[in-house]
Amino acid sequence: MRLPDSILPLLVEGLCYRAGAVEILRDVGFTLEAGGPSLVIGPNGAGKSVLLRLLHGLLAPSAGRIHWGAPEGNVPVARRQAMLFQRPVLLRRSVLANAAYPLRLAGLGRAEAAARAREGLALVGLEGLAERPARRLSGGEQQRLALARAAALQPEVLFLDEPCANLDPAATRAVEEIVATLAARGTKIVMTTHDLGQARRLAAEVLFLHQGRLLEQAPAEAFFAGPATAEARAFLRGELLW
Amino acid sequence: MQDLATAFATALGLVATADPAVTGILLLSLRVSLTAVALAALVGLPLGALLAVARFPGRRAVLVTLNALMGLPPVVAGLLIYLLLSRAGPLGPLGLLFTPTAMVIAQAVLIAPILAALSRQVLEGLWEEYAEQLRSFGAGPWRAVPTLLWDGRFALLTVLLAGFGRAAAEVGAVMIVGGNIEGFTRVMTTAIALETSKGDLPLALALGLMLMAIVLAVNALAQGLRDAAAGSAG
Repeated sequence: MRLPDSILPLLVEGLCYRAGAVEILRDVGFTLEAGGPSLVIGPNGAGKSVLLRLLHGLLAPSAGRIHWGAPEGNVPVARRQAMLFQRPVLLRRSVLANAAYPLRLAGLGRAEAAARAREGLALVGLEGLAERPARRLSGGEQQRLALARAAALQPEVLFLDEPCANLDPAATRAVEEIVATLAARGTKIVMTTHDLGQARRLAAEVLFLHQGRLLEQAPAEAFFAGPATAEARAFLRGELLW
Repeated sequence: MQDLATAFATALGLVATADPAVTGILLLSLRVSLTAVALAALVGLPLGALLAVARFPGRRAVLVTLNALMGLPPVVAGLLIYLLLSRAGPLGPLGLLFTPTAMVIAQAVLIAPILAALSRQVLEGLWEEYAEQLRSFGAGPWRAVPTLLWDGRFALLTVLLAGFGRAAAEVGAVMIVGGNIEGFTRVMTTAIALETSKGDLPLALALGLMLMAIVLAVNALAQGLRDAAAGSAG
């Protein structure tokens, strides 16, 4: 059901977000083009998660604009994106029912939703566990199920908020492989991480956030070879930034 | 102690002989209270789910009122329904007063607030967990209601049992709107009250023991169903 016109590029201008008196994001502006994964990196508290929630529409900006490239009103922008959270939120249902749930919400019939959900499960290697209760899965399997559920929606843009933060190395690798597969299939990946190794492995482009400001946006190769700002250099050296 | 021993013996005797009068009273008790729970659930559970997800001015006042209604005295609930159903009342022409239907209505009114308040409590925690993910899927609070009711089904079963316990145990409401008519609207609690006032304490106590056994059986059955379902759906 992919519509021909794309919702990308995503244009962000002067984005601010305040929670009470605390300014979490200040004057953030950038453009996200279709293409390889964009990794949002930066120390804890830099505002990475808030940025993703703003882009996905879960939070409303205090100021600034988030402008999707789709002609206004032509494309249901919300239906063309999906988001994965640090801790997967799974329904108290079977693995298959979890993967089918958002498809049913989107108006697909029972059979079609189940078929697409199974495709998603196959993508993450969970097709054998389709009838199991989702919440009995291991942490890594739960996150893979959340990925399958998001992928089954066939989003044009997939936001991932620290999807591997609670996972062991093997589960992390499995999630990264799936993310890379989705990216290769043309899904635009926008992902936060504080794991530099992960950023190096996945990123085509890096956005470096620090204390609520976007300090750099650069191709991954250039960024890791020589970041332009002192803060990014310190972050790459593993120094604490506050 | 003598009375207690006699009561046990009487209860066993009633069960052993399957006394038709007592069996009829027992079945009516079950029928009235279970129907009342089903009726109250139709209103109370969706209302509880809605209150769990909805944010509106005055919500706190509604919650306080609802919680207070959990303490609604059965005689008051009975009296309200009596006034509605009595010959001069707005629903008088239906001729429902002193029928089992009137008892069902009174008990449903009594326990609907309990079901709504308890399910609100249970589902609010679930909503906190689900809200962001469901919004990401494009489901607003309205669409979340059926999802929460289904995903909270095991906790809600306990809520239903609390409602059933309250309905099966109350005497004031069914007494007022049912009238304790022998063979027609007499249930366990009104029979117990009657035998007590007549001074047949062992028989009253025996009926009480049987009522408790029935409530225990219903709870055990529900728990068994829950365990079986939980095993397959977690």
